[in-house]
Amino acid sequence: MKALRKLIDNNIRPHFEEGGKLKRFWVVFDSLDTFAFVPGHTTHSGAHIRDGIDMKRTMMMVIIALIPCLLFGTWNIGHQYLLGMGAVSSGDPLMSMFWEKFGWGATRILPLLVVSYGVGLGIEFLFAGLRKHSINEGFLVSGMLIPLIVPADISLWMVGLATAFAVVIGKEVFGGTGMNIVNVALTARAFLFFAYPTKISGNVWLMANEGDTFADGYTGATAMGELANTIGQPVGGNGTASIRAMFSDSGAYSLWNQFVGLEPGSIGETSALACLIGAAILLFVGIASWRVMASFFVGGFVMAFIFNSFPANDFMAIPPIHQLMMGGFFFGMVFMATDPVTAAQTNTGKFIYGFFAGFFSIMIRVFNPAYPEGVMMAILFMNVMAPMIDHYVIQANIKKRLKRAAVAA
Amino acid sequence: MSTETQALQEVKKESLFSKKNKKLVTDPLSDNNPITIQVLGICSALAITVQIQQALMMSLSVIFVLIGANVIVSMMRKIIPDRIRIIVQLIVVASLVIIVNEFLKAYAPDISERLSVFVGLIITNCIIMGRLEAFALGNKPGPAMMDAIGNGMGYAWILLVVAVVREIFGSGYINLEGLGLTKIQIFPQAFYEMGYMNNNLMILPPMALVVVGIIIWIQRSRNKALIEDH
Repeated sequence: MKALRKLIDNNIRPHFEEGGKLKRFWVVFDSLDTFAFVPGHTTHSGAHIRDGIDMKRTMMMVIIALIPCLLFGTWNIGHQYLLGMGAVSSGDPLMSMFWEKFGWGATRILPLLVVSYGVGLGIEFLFAGLRKHSINEGFLVSGMLIPLIVPADISLWMVGLATAFAVVIGKEVFGGTGMNIVNVALTARAFLFFAYPTKISGNVWLMANEGDTFADGYTGATAMGELANTIGQPVGGNGTASIRAMFSDSGAYSLWNQFVGLEPGSIGETSALACLIGAAILLFVGIASWRVMASFFVGGFVMAFIFNSFPANDFMAIPPIHQLMMGGFFFGMVFMATDPVTAAQTNTGKFIYGFFAGFFSIMIRVFNPAYPEGVMMAILFMNVMAPMIDHYVIQANIKKRLKRAAVAA
Repeated sequence: MSTETQALQEVKKESLFSKKNKKLVTDPLSDNNPITIQVLGICSALAITVQIQQALMMSLSVIFVLIGANVIVSMMRKIIPDRIRIIVQLIVVASLVIIVNEFLKAYAPDISERLSVFVGLIITNCIIMGRLEAFALGNKPGPAMMDAIGNGMGYAWILLVVAVVREIFGSGYINLEGLGLTKIQIFPQAFYEMGYMNNNLMILPPMALVVVGIIIWIQRSRNKALIEDH
């Protein structure tokens, strides 16, 4: 390792430094170098504690935490496709035709990753060159998140455009990494959702070839897509019996299937289990805030419990835990709401922020089935509210301490 | 308010096209643009920029009302009692807006229908009230007219740029039928067959805000003096 370091420092580095032939590409060299090796920066002024784990290392941990979701999502694309084609049935053992499923999924997810990272990092490099700073590492995670929150059969150019929009309008206009107000990956998804609604809602969750016909009874709709049909009908009515059956223990959207993620949906978000493994990694290394995660879960549970207690239709009547397993709730909780830049910064604020994000997630999803992904809307909304929450938390603290000071005096 | 009025030095027999008067026209086009710098008249910029023909008609209406109101109020500036000046200004503007509205209804009924209330809302357009208060009340009709032309054009070009971007990417064509012209298809059918889709977000008002924002961004990075420091 030492020899490699020496080789880079003596033979490669000088080309990129001031006066070298490749000076123009210094940002590229610098980012790759610090990516591979922890840089030896030290703090020069003031009393700061510098953690051994810097931002690049933090980002890498998040990527590692995302791997279970990525792998499961890749497999699930193939699984849902073969299920839809009737090549496997839902009763088959999960591992049957494993490599076919995984391979099919990989042909889909790899181009998405390439487009997302290519466009996003391209823009980052461009701005780093223009503004003459070193490349920010912020996009490493966003670039992984974007492919995981889109449906499998979305057009690549749309993902590219959405990524460009999110990086430029969501982040660079505010000054780059760490300055953004809303979550970059969710900005990309919101862009897709409003710009190309037919491509990201409805029955588009399958990756299929042209001319494929689906097996009988397989609709490819998401759980929430089915439940949206129950709105306006009485609880337990005859018209919705078939939909209710899908959510029973033997149905396609049983609690177990939704926990493991055996359902159509955006690539990475179907599996609550994979998200929880990611959550365990993030919490173990202390990167994500447990306050946000816990309060997000509680917020969602409270809203789902209220709906469940006073149901007006079968969507509301879904048991709370089952309600939370649906859609991107867990993915949003673990990877989106905990984004350290856009979440609230104060500890009390984090509880408030997380609670309302979870609360609104379920509320939007149930009350407005035109926006099936309430989690996205709720987190973006709370991102915008986070600075206000912090402001009032800090003001309350000042007030409390002033009172104490007055008593002491 | 009258303290904010920028009274130009009343030089006798100043030519209408003197340097100072020319600046009244060119300033609002870029460095003192009513939309991107003063951030006035934003509501109409977001609402009626879905189509170029609407934006064009709206711009012409605003320019007409602005010139008319600025000149009339400037001529009456010595006889308007200070305490009721807002009401007098409103009456002048409202009369002009009614004229525009009736004219549009008669000669461009399609566009008039699409613009709906926004023609009527020109009365409350901050640019017009702002120019009357800040300029017409303290200056002669000549400079007031130049000022109105400048600000009207400054408003118009932003509207048109936003409308061009939104109509091309949002609808895929430029529809000028309301003006008696044809509809021009921008993206050929082959594009759509290859998978191109119109961007629905462009039709929605938030994207107008983003486009205006991008114009502001470009403008301020070209002229650093415009950046306020906080």
